[in-house]
Order: sequence, then structure tokens, then C-alpha cells
Amino acid sequence: MNKSYSRRRLLQTAGSMAAVSVLPLTWVELAFAKSEQNFTFAYISDSHIQHIKGSQFVNNWDRGLIRSVAETNLISPQPDFVMFGGDLAQLGTRAELDHGAEMLSRLHGKQRYVMGEHDYYLDLGEYWSKLFGPQYYSFNHKGVHFIVLNSVLTTDEWTYKRWPTAEQRMLEMAGLDNPNGSPFMVGEKQRAWLADDLTGISKDTPIVVFSHSPLQKIYKGWNFWTDDAEQVQALLQPFSKVNVIYGHVHQIQYNQIGNISFNSVMATAWPWPYPQGYAQAQSMLPKLTIPMNRADPFFERDATGWQLVDVNTGRVDLNYNLYSNRSRTVAFDPKLGHPADKQFQGEAVLAPNQVHY
Amino acid sequence: MKKAIIGSGLAALAGLSLSLGPAPARADEFTKQDVERWTAQFMQVVAQGRALWTDGKLGTNGVACAQCHPNAANTHPETYPKFQKQIGRVITLPEMINWCLRNPLEGQPLGLDDPKMTAMVAYVTYERRGVKLAPGQH
Repeated sequence: MNKSYSRRRLLQTAGSMAAVSVLPLTWVELAFAKSEQNFTFAYISDSHIQHIKGSQFVNNWDRGLIRSVAETNLISPQPDFVMFGGDLAQLGTRAELDHGAEMLSRLHGKQRYVMGEHDYYLDLGEYWSKLFGPQYYSFNHKGVHFIVLNSVLTTDEWTYKRWPTAEQRMLEMAGLDNPNGSPFMVGEKQRAWLADDLTGISKDTPIVVFSHSPLQKIYKGWNFWTDDAEQVQALLQPFSKVNVIYGHVHQIQYNQIGNISFNSVMATAWPWPYPQGYAQAQSMLPKLTIPMNRADPFFERDATGWQLVDVNTGRVDLNYNLYSNRSRTVAFDPKLGHPADKQFQGEAVLAPNQVHY
Repeated sequence: MKKAIIGSGLAALAGLSLSLGPAPARADEFTKQDVERWTAQFMQVVAQGRALWTDGKLGTNGVACAQCHPNAANTHPETYPKFQKQIGRVITLPEMINWCLRNPLEGQPLGLDDPKMTAMVAYVTYERRGVKLAPGQH
């Protein structure tokens, strides 16, 4: 699939809608050697639909999801399926999940879902599962093995014993910087399932893993972290082309660990500062990552968006269209052996007045 | 010239204290109790600020400051006052906090001397302690 063609088509289609002048496009490309094997999927994540009362929801977050759904529907040709990367709700309530599901129901084509902590910790995923199905699963699509994990689990003690009410448990986990939270983990049961799922998959099959939290350790204080990341990575390393796509961080991140490429996606709700912006802590933002420019708070949708995943060498390429800044492409560079920004490389690339601090 | 004199004076003082070992006694020193009380008072206000920062009831829509600014990151208090390009004039940090209260939080602005405003400024600044002042920086 030619992504510039795809994007041009989208912009042409969008051009007929008078209200749309700039599109917040981010898309991911997974390319194969034979172009007829290529396919695309869209990725929408972190909408944080937040209930106020009655029929009122926080308008800002609603608009982000509505816009991403409308724009995804404008893509021509249509992506094969749409992933939702988790945190559909803010506090996991039926009102929020129903309202979010209603907005997502306007998407054309097949949808698949990843569990986020904001969806999970009120009723431990019970209502979410009724709406969207299993919390971890795998599927094959056009020669690629896709795996979805629920990576936002934590200890039984924290989950079942520490909090007097489910509501309090949800609120404690919902605060990103809350020291009462607990590190995310995939857990022993799912790791055993994953090991079993990977049995019989040939080592050269491209693998795409979707998780909500990064399956790598970046900053524990904000749960940009999965506690058993190394154990999950060890299960994936024997495969030659592994791509992990994660949400949760509301910002562009990318990394390479052995055979595993990591790419994060933007949120539709709001962007987050990079952890190094917090002066009192050390973060381990991957050295490869060139951060996004700082968002303009006066423009609600700045630094938010969604992504189209285009499947071509079994590696993912992401194209980010940023509202107030130059667009970016983060693509797997076969010579370097890791994802790299096609245009912005090294220190000199960010406008000096837009650095996060 | 004056600067040079003061500079050399300071250097001489520093040399003196080094040569004498322990720092010389100073008149009117704060007592340990005073310092502890003042610190406790300040930290109490910082804690109030943190509570407000994470409180969904500060505005009208349940959104809390910490939702976009965990640990008050990306608020860069050291750069205020500065020319806030979106407002078109030089403003202080409390004015930017009020912008956030009105817009993302859909609430009412606070008075600039409101104890809640003081608490939030105390919290934001405390989280940024150790960073050099950079007034006017973008």
C-alpha cells in the first residue's frame, strides 16, 4: 500500500467537508516484500470518555473520539480492521463504556479492542468484556500473527484486598502520578497462554503485539512500565520480526530491543508530558525516541490523533500528522535495524522553543 | 569596577571561612524550631495544592489538573511571567492556572490571592524545585 497515495486520497475526501482543514493523521505501515500482501489497519486509542452526570460527558474527550472515528471512515481504501488501544473510559463505568461503544459503533468494518486500566479497575473488566469480548486473544490476518494482551493487571493483594470499594480502587489506579497505584503486569497466567499461543508459529512469521502499557520499562512513577516486560520480551525474541504497539503514554515513543520494535500511539483525548519533564525523577525514555513538540493547550486537539497501520516487510512504520507542527514519520530502518524518524534525527531537529520542560 | 570589588570581597570571605574551619557564628540565627515550623507550614500548603491539583471537583466537569499534568509536569513555573502567545500579553503563572480552570476544567477562575491559588502555585513550584529560573522563556 502506498501511504502517500492513501493520505492524499483521504485529504481529497476530507477536502469536501468544509469544516475539516487539517487532519490529525498518524498511521502505521507494516510492509511486505510483495506489495499485493500489503494491508492496513487503523489504530485509535486512549479516548478517556468521562461521565459528568446524566447525559453529560466531558466534551473535549468526546470530540477527540468522534473526530478520529469520522476520519478513519474517510480513509480510502478502507483499512482491513480498526484496533482500539484501551482506556475507552475514564473511570470504567457502564455510562462511559456505553457512550464510547456507541461512538465507536459508527466505524465501518471490523473492530478489535485492547483493555486499558481505566476500563478495568472498577469491575475488573466485566462490563468491558460483555461489550467487546475476551481480554487477551490472538488472530491471524494475511500472514501476520496478531496478539492482544491485557497488560494492565497487577498483584492480587492490590486488586482484591487493599481497597474498601471498587470505586476507590478505580480512582487510585486512574491517577497517573498517584503513588497509591501499582505497577502493571501481564502476569503468569497470560504469559503461559502466550507461550502456548506462540507454539507452532514459524520464527519468520511477522508478529504484532498490542498491549495497553509499554512492554518495556520507561518510567515507573507514571506506569510507563510493565513489571514483567523482560519475561514477555523473552517469549517474543525468538521471532525475527516482532512489533509491539502500545497506548497509555499519550505521546510518540519508539524503541528497539533485540528483534522487537516498539511503537506507541497518540491518544484521542489529551497528550502527556514526557517523563523527563518531571524534574524530581529519572526516566528511561528510549534514546531512539525524538520527542514530540510541546502541545498547545489552547488548541484542544493538538498532539492528539489516531493512526493507520499499513502492513508491508513485517515491520511497522508510523506516520504522525501533528496539528501545529511538521508531520513526522517513524519507520523501521532496515540498515539501522530499528525504528527511526525519517526526517528528524539527532538533537538539532526540534524547534528550540517547543521542547518539553 | 564595583562588581569586581564585591566579587573579590566575597572570595576573601569564602577564603576566610575555609581557613577557619567551621563557619563563624552569625547574629540573629533562625532557631531550628522556627525553620521546622515554617517548613511544615509550607509543606502543608503544598499538600493542599496537590489535593486541589488532583481534585475533579475544582471545575465543573470532573477533569482534574493532574489529568494532563501528572506531577505538575509541563507547567514550567520557572518561565513565568512570560509572554503567553495565545493570550497576547505577559502573564503570571496564576493567570495561566485560571485559563485552565476556565477552559479544560470548565470552571470559575480563582482570585489571585485566593488560598487555593496560593496552594496550587506552591505545589506546582515545589514539584519543579531545583530548576533554574528562566523568566520569559518559551
